[in-house]
Amino acid sequence: MPATFTPKNVEIERKHTGIGGKPPVDRRPTGGGGDGDNWDNRPSGRRGPRELLSRYRLGVLFALAGDLMFFVALVSAFFVRQSAGHFDARENYVSDWHPIAVPPILWVNTAILLLSSLTMEIARRQLFREIDVMEEWLGLGRPAVKRAAPWMVVTVVLGVLFVIGQWIAWGQLTQQGFHFNSPDPSSHFFYLITGTHGLHLVLGIVALAAALGALFTLKRVELRQIVVDCTAWYWHTMGIFWIFLFVLLAYFQ
Amino acid sequence: MRKLFTTDHRSLGVLYLLLSLAAVATGTLLSLLMRVHRIWPDTPLPLLGLMKPEDYLALVTMHGTLMVFFVLTVAPQNGFASLVLPGQIGARHMAFPRLNAISFWLMALAFTILISAFALPSGAPLSGWASYPPLSAIASAGPGQGTGMDLWLLSIGIFCVAAWLGAVNLLATILGERGAGMTWSRLPLTVWAWLTTSILTLLVFSVLLAAAVLLFSDRHFGSSFFVPLNDVVNGHVVGRGDGSPLLWLHLFWFFGHPEVYIAILPGMGLATSLFANFTRRRVAGYKVMAAMLVAIGGLGLLVWGHHMFVSGMNPYAGTAFALTTMAIAVPSTVEVIGWLSTLWGGGLRLTTPMLFALGFLSFFIAGGLTGPILAQPALDTYLHNTFFVVAHFHLIMAMAGVFSVFAGIYYWFPLMTGRMMNDLLGKLHFWISLIAAYGTFLPMHISGLAGEPRHYERLAGPVVSFSEILPNERGITWSAILLGAAQLLFLWNLFASAKRGERATENPWQATTLEWAPEIPRRRIERGPYEYENGGTESMFRPQWESASKQE
Amino acid sequence: MPWAPFNGSLEGARIDRLLLYNLIAFAIVFALAQVWIIVVMLRRKPRGNGLPAALRWAMIAVFGVLYIWTGIAAQRLWANSQFAGPAPEAMQVEVTGAQFQWYFRYPGTDATFGAVRSQLVDAASGNPLGLDPADPASKDDVVSSLLVLPAGREVDLRLRSLDVIHGLFIPGMRLKENAVPGMILHVHFTPQTPGTYSILCSQVCGLGHARMQARLLVVPEKQFTEWLGVREHLRQAGLAGGVSRP
Ligand code: HEM
Ligand SMILES: [Cu+2]
Ligand SMILES: [Cu+2]
Repeated sequence: MPATFTPKNVEIERKHTGIGGKPPVDRRPTGGGGDGDNWDNRPSGRRGPRELLSRYRLGVLFALAGDLMFFVALVSAFFVRQSAGHFDARENYVSDWHPIAVPPILWVNTAILLLSSLTMEIARRQLFREIDVMEEWLGLGRPAVKRAAPWMVVTVVLGVLFVIGQWIAWGQLTQQGFHFNSPDPSSHFFYLITGTHGLHLVLGIVALAAALGALFTLKRVELRQIVVDCTAWYWHTMGIFWIFLFVLLAYFQ
Repeated sequence: MRKLFTTDHRSLGVLYLLLSLAAVATGTLLSLLMRVHRIWPDTPLPLLGLMKPEDYLALVTMHGTLMVFFVLTVAPQNGFASLVLPGQIGARHMAFPRLNAISFWLMALAFTILISAFALPSGAPLSGWASYPPLSAIASAGPGQGTGMDLWLLSIGIFCVAAWLGAVNLLATILGERGAGMTWSRLPLTVWAWLTTSILTLLVFSVLLAAAVLLFSDRHFGSSFFVPLNDVVNGHVVGRGDGSPLLWLHLFWFFGHPEVYIAILPGMGLATSLFANFTRRRVAGYKVMAAMLVAIGGLGLLVWGHHMFVSGMNPYAGTAFALTTMAIAVPSTVEVIGWLSTLWGGGLRLTTPMLFALGFLSFFIAGGLTGPILAQPALDTYLHNTFFVVAHFHLIMAMAGVFSVFAGIYYWFPLMTGRMMNDLLGKLHFWISLIAAYGTFLPMHISGLAGEPRHYERLAGPVVSFSEILPNERGITWSAILLGAAQLLFLWNLFASAKRGERATENPWQATTLEWAPEIPRRRIERGPYEYENGGTESMFRPQWESASKQE
Repeated sequence: MPWAPFNGSLEGARIDRLLLYNLIAFAIVFALAQVWIIVVMLRRKPRGNGLPAALRWAMIAVFGVLYIWTGIAAQRLWANSQFAGPAPEAMQVEVTGAQFQWYFRYPGTDATFGAVRSQLVDAASGNPLGLDPADPASKDDVVSSLLVLPAGREVDLRLRSLDVIHGLFIPGMRLKENAVPGMILHVHFTPQTPGTYSILCSQVCGLGHARMQARLLVVPEKQFTEWLGVREHLRQAGLAGGVSRP
């Protein structure tokens, strides 16, 4: 009989995957078993301490690539819509596109978001400092967690500030008479772009908070690295997306 | 229960396949109702009564949506990949087993939402699977365009996310989980196909999602992305700004064309493997075949405008898209010639999976040849949205696609159940389906050339009666009924064999690829995927799980 | 052509010819390929090792040439009809699609289409297109649900839609172009043979899609002038506010 899907020892194996009996410090060219022992020649799940990390990084990378296309589609709709118009009664070509000036608070928000990326990067690096990782791996204490946690808290606060800032910007726009359903296409795009990006950020904040909690509950150091590392990459990418979207809204209306 | 909420990739593969089985059964029933209605438009149907025009259009819309998304995406891309992809690359599991389960449940949710549109008092949406606005943007444009259309958008939105998660998982698995020694040139061609379709999925489903968000916002938040100024529907001015319906067409077909390749590429990869196996030959030009799969995927992103030649798109753009479309015909031709030459003098082993793979090839050629005709804008002016196009895509996408799925099921059935499917029933299923499918879809060319547009609820209108093609249409309907009936054989075979089928031997097809390995190899893989040796009557083959030094 | 409705336009003949060549070429390839499959299924004894690579590439080259030929041939026709505008003396007719009816508007003696306003659209009271009575140019516009065209004269159709996307499809003229709301699209062709042709809607537009049909009457020039004259007269007399049925 061929290998049918009788429950395999998959579950058991998963628990041990990625350890390879080595501390999750920077990858060495060889597997450490001497003489050309390359991680890659081993079956998956035995490819050294960084295997799991790179798997998750890959996943986040692809997910973000898809997300990028989402925003690319929105942006191309933006440009198409911007150039649209119609002929009025006197056969003049008119467009209903009226550029809106972005509320100045967006500059502050942008600065906050950039800063939060910086703090997040500092937090992320804490988890990859070799001495601390060794210490955590050997179970002597949690210096990396202790160092990273405050920076992550700062990131969460900055992230929340950014979202509040966006909220304020929306309020200012509404006061000027630009609602989502006011007939202006540029305001639809403003709300849609900032809205979908804001939604991504809210998800990011939730992820950050979860990662923060996980820092203290996860037992294995390489898992702690993964949660922080993946949220960090997500966070940075949202920052980069924001810069592009902000430039679009501020200068390409 | 444990089995239902599993994260095991093989069980999930079976679940995906069951989901698409439910969808294909529903979709087929809908299509039979349409066929019957077209030739007896004024005869009340049992249970359903007299069908109204909007009912017919709702059937078309739901049929198309079910088949494209829930059958031809779910089965080849998610179902088979979950079932065998980890095995084929020598991995133990998917990169993210739980994500795979989430993606399945999202798809099941999307399916339920879509189907529930039928239960609405206003009925299911009727704007076709491409949902062109303003028809799809304005609730008063037709029955079913209110809540029904909202459910459609919601379902598609969820499906996009699910497909996207699935693709992330497949890519991470292919890139990160290959067994030791599983180099790029040792991958079976199915894996190359999944690699390509996953990239396509990431790129285009997110665009569809964005388009769906824009359309939803037009419907409910008073924006005007797709509805032009002063649009009057049902006596009310609904257009508020300079929206452009063409924008939707571009976004939709940017998704829509790659989507058809997502549906067919896995089948192409599988057919290549089966041809090699059942001729006991190496694949002629493995590298070329793999490269062409990727090339088709890449070019597939550049041809969407061939669905828009008469849509009001700039005619120079029409020329450009016509040229890219001609270009994509070249890699497709290379694939076909590769298959034909593998088969030449191959002394085929005509097992049931092989028959279905040959059926796939036959349909792929039949439908593929009308592609370059439709790609000529001057000819497409006449043929666009007629039954000629319906014939084209049913042959190449529906029939070729479904036959490749059948081939896969007959072939991998032992992996799912440890049993073989009944051979005699399988062959009967094949021959009846083949003949009935040609009987259904070839005559559609004739209707199309006679100028019969698609989405027509009845042939006879106030001006034209199309009476001269009525016999042709009758034949199509009877053929379609036969085609549907033949699938009962398959269902019977499927469930009976799962229970009582003959026990499969280890590696029943004498295959070389890794999903048939008795256990997951712990050793380095040292062989290519198709090392068959055509040694007279007694054939030799070297499975990938054997080491290179053992033989010779 | 037995397989398609009678072609009554000048341009259609070339389209038909090209289509026929295409169908023949691809039908032959189809038949050969299917025979190939049947033969390999019947010959049960393995021989050889598949086709030699050189032969494979030669076949691919043949197809490459075939695609290039089809591409070029079709582009010539496309360029003729789409890149070049209509002749200046071409007749102007406006076609408007609305759920589920085609309307044809002739500009009248001033050769100018009057203004239309969506707010005025009211089919029940006889102004389905929303002609603006304030615009002098609209006074003599003739709106008809029948398309009458003189034989042998080029026509420039101006395509609009009031509500959703429709598809103007005149099989007998080998003509198809979508009517897209918010856009004004132009197509031009020359009806040649007098007769009656059907006009269909080729883009699903709602529950009446299959019933959205109209007639095209191609008549000799003289008869056309007469017909239009009567219409103009009725219009001036205020007998038919906007639309007049045949
Ligand atoms: C040789 C390669 C191919 C060429 C040149 C080609 C060309 C075309 C063209 C020009 C159209 C537009 C016809 C029209 O709407 O007027 C079309 C429609 C279509 N094609 Fe293909 N095609 C090819 C292969 C495929 C494949 C491999 C599939 C699917 C597996 C496919 C599926 C479809 C579908 C589903 C439509 C209709 C979409 C709709 O309007 O609903 N085609 N094809
Ligand atoms: Cu396409
Ligand atoms: Cu219509």
